[in-house]
Amino acid sequence: MSAIILLLIASISVASLFLLGFIWCVKSGQYDDEESPPIRMLFDNKKPDER
Amino acid sequence: MALQTAPDSVQCFHCGEDCGSGVIHAHAKEFCCSGCKMVYEILNETGLCDYYSISRNPGINRKELARPDKFAFLDDEKIMKQLVSFRDENQTHICFYFPQIHCSSCLWLLENLGRIDVHIISCKVNFERKEADIIFDHSKISLRKVAELVTSIGYEPYISFQNLNKPKTTISRAKIYKLGVAGFCFANIMLLSFPEYLGIDAKEAQLLFVFRSLSLLLSLPVFFYAASEFYLSAWKSLRHGFLNIDAPIVLSVLITFTRSLYEIVSGNGAGYLDSMSGIVFFMLVGRVLQDKTYAALNFERDYTSYFPVAVTRLVARKEEIVKLDDIKLNDTLLIHNQELIPADGILTSGTALIDYSFVNGESYPVKKEMGEIVYAGGKHLSSNIEILVIKEVAQSYLTKLWNRQELKEDKKNQQHSFVHLLSRYFTWIVLGIAVCAALYWYQFASAKVWDAVTSILIIACPCGLLLSNTFTNGNILRRLARNSFYLRNAQVIEDIAAVDYIVFDKTGTLTTGRFDNIEYEGMPLDAKMRSEISVLAKQSTHPLCQSIGKWTGSPNNFKIAAYKEVAGEGIEGIVDEDLISLGSGRYVAGKTGTEDVSAVYVSIEGNVMGRFIFKNQYRNRLPELINELKGNYGMAVLSGDNPGEKYALAKLIGNNAEILFNQGPKDKLDAIKKMQKEKYVVMMIGDGLNDAGALRQANVGISIVENNNNFTPASDAILNAAMLPKLSRFIQLCRFNKKIVVTAFIISALYNIIGLYFAVQGSLQPVIAAILMPCSSISILMITFGLSNIKAKTLGI
Repeated sequence: MSAIILLLIASISVASLFLLGFIWCVKSGQYDDEESPPIRMLFDNKKPDER
Repeated sequence: MALQTAPDSVQCFHCGEDCGSGVIHAHAKEFCCSGCKMVYEILNETGLCDYYSISRNPGINRKELARPDKFAFLDDEKIMKQLVSFRDENQTHICFYFPQIHCSSCLWLLENLGRIDVHIISCKVNFERKEADIIFDHSKISLRKVAELVTSIGYEPYISFQNLNKPKTTISRAKIYKLGVAGFCFANIMLLSFPEYLGIDAKEAQLLFVFRSLSLLLSLPVFFYAASEFYLSAWKSLRHGFLNIDAPIVLSVLITFTRSLYEIVSGNGAGYLDSMSGIVFFMLVGRVLQDKTYAALNFERDYTSYFPVAVTRLVARKEEIVKLDDIKLNDTLLIHNQELIPADGILTSGTALIDYSFVNGESYPVKKEMGEIVYAGGKHLSSNIEILVIKEVAQSYLTKLWNRQELKEDKKNQQHSFVHLLSRYFTWIVLGIAVCAALYWYQFASAKVWDAVTSILIIACPCGLLLSNTFTNGNILRRLARNSFYLRNAQVIEDIAAVDYIVFDKTGTLTTGRFDNIEYEGMPLDAKMRSEISVLAKQSTHPLCQSIGKWTGSPNNFKIAAYKEVAGEGIEGIVDEDLISLGSGRYVAGKTGTEDVSAVYVSIEGNVMGRFIFKNQYRNRLPELINELKGNYGMAVLSGDNPGEKYALAKLIGNNAEILFNQGPKDKLDAIKKMQKEKYVVMMIGDGLNDAGALRQANVGISIVENNNNFTPASDAILNAAMLPKLSRFIQLCRFNKKIVVTAFIISALYNIIGLYFAVQGSLQPVIAAILMPCSSISILMITFGLSNIKAKTLGI
């Protein structure tokens, strides 16, 4: 029985971590602009001196 | 990269437009104008030519260049302070709006601004909002220089008076947080409830207690935080003496929570916390879907966003920059070419050529002489003029129209959605059932009264109605947006469905606003004459001359001499030893009186050859649209233009339709009011500032844009001009919206009835509620998405 309670506490804390992660994502503005990041990641990061 | 070259058309390497006859060859590339070439050179120098390899011909056409000191007002300390978002000793943060942003190349180039000028520390683009946050070192480069730099590569920031005065809108993330919290709690409570449903051993009472307490603990954030959205809205509408759909939902949530709390504390049962948090979660999902906004569009634009931020004032013949607010009576203002006149005034110097198409819908610019009054809102098209202000900005004809009281009242405040009405009936029925059950149980087993009544109120929550409404609205808004028809909010769907009278503006709405439809009347012109006329016409920036230049075809390399332009009258010059003049009937042919058509006369060596008649170019596929609409809706055209097109319009739109000409902004507004008095529900479709009043007054105001970067007056919806022919089908989809909501609601009501069957007996097991709730929500989801997508597909949207 105590095992179940232990597991319960563990599972809920893990889930809470994900909830915190989600809130953190929203707070940092990840969902404000859903279009530019997918475009941005396709650019090569050439430094001007390399050319 | 490969250029797509058709035999006789060359695409500009920079902007992709057809170069026509004036191709500029440079750096082994073709450009349509020197502006485009210049941008290429800047990018080439700084090694930013990747710009051209990310998207094809990504550039912004640079034929119309900004005035050199257009951004001089940014040097003004006061204006600058209002614009910058952050500033310390080393750096300044500024957020510019770039309506031109359209592709990945734009994003790439703007984010690499630092390579053109090292003093720009960083630039981050928000593609959805079409904004860029630029951070620069203000000790090395001024804000004005930054603005001029981005302008030089084709991205002219749009700075309006409106964003000076309004605080920056912050994105509301509250709903997303609530959604996350509700989802988290819902899922966990559901897991914790499973043992109960599956039958836990009576010996494990202690474990049961732990599960229940944990559920209760998890339900607190849902009850107090995630659902607060609904409490607020219910409370607001109650205070206005109106019962909206949120009120019965809140009642149901409250009762569910108290009963569950009571059951758990007293140890009698598990309560219905999982159903409660599930409902809150699904309702929040629906709200978030429905409230999706189009960040790059602005439905609230008023006249101030059209006006320049600052203008040039002349004090003792010295130019100084003043903010629009600070313009006083009797100031002398200097208006440059292509600038908007900010206040009513008397022309004191120069000859003005003013394009009022924005204010009154006249398609052609008018000429004003010294001493005449010019009205705010007109765009000045020739060399600099000076005006003496006779009315302050806020008192001008145009702004006064905007400030009229009836337009200020927000018609969106009255919520009249049929959903609220339906929920009210629903609530009364449920209350009736509850009373009957209470009476019954009071007679036979009074202990069960409380049980039965609370169960009925729990199960009969009209959340099915709310869910079907928000999900359908959300899906239809998205379907329409995919067709470049953007609605301000979900209520507009219902407003559109109610429309029975459609009013069109002419210039810019039914017609394209371009002058491509030219007819020549008179003595035949040979090829040489044509090229001569073309050479002459291309000298002028007047839109009519430009179109004649295009129509008459390819100019030769004729030299032009003694070129003269009389503003508002015409032009003349000697081309290949022939004296040619183009212009009004009076200027060229000495005719008197006004004409009923728009025409430009041409004479060669003093002989009047004939005239070019400009016909309005109607949009493609208009007749089909009109045919689709004809039987079902009343129609009218309100035009600010002259009646020259009366016949063509009547033929297009039918003889029964009302067609009014020479309508000023106020006339249009009054016409709409009159129709509404006759109990019509009016939809107004227009584009210019002159339609702004009518757009606000109409039950549904739709502004037409040529491309999505253009500016539109305040309205309920924004429609891309190319999609206008689909209007009838859009309306049909909006009408179908109500049917879908009702269908989905009936299905969900069936689940409610099953639940009620148990509830009136006072034997509603939590497990039954827990099965019915997700079943009902999922069927609603499937029905709403399924039906609206099928309907949209059959309509071809």
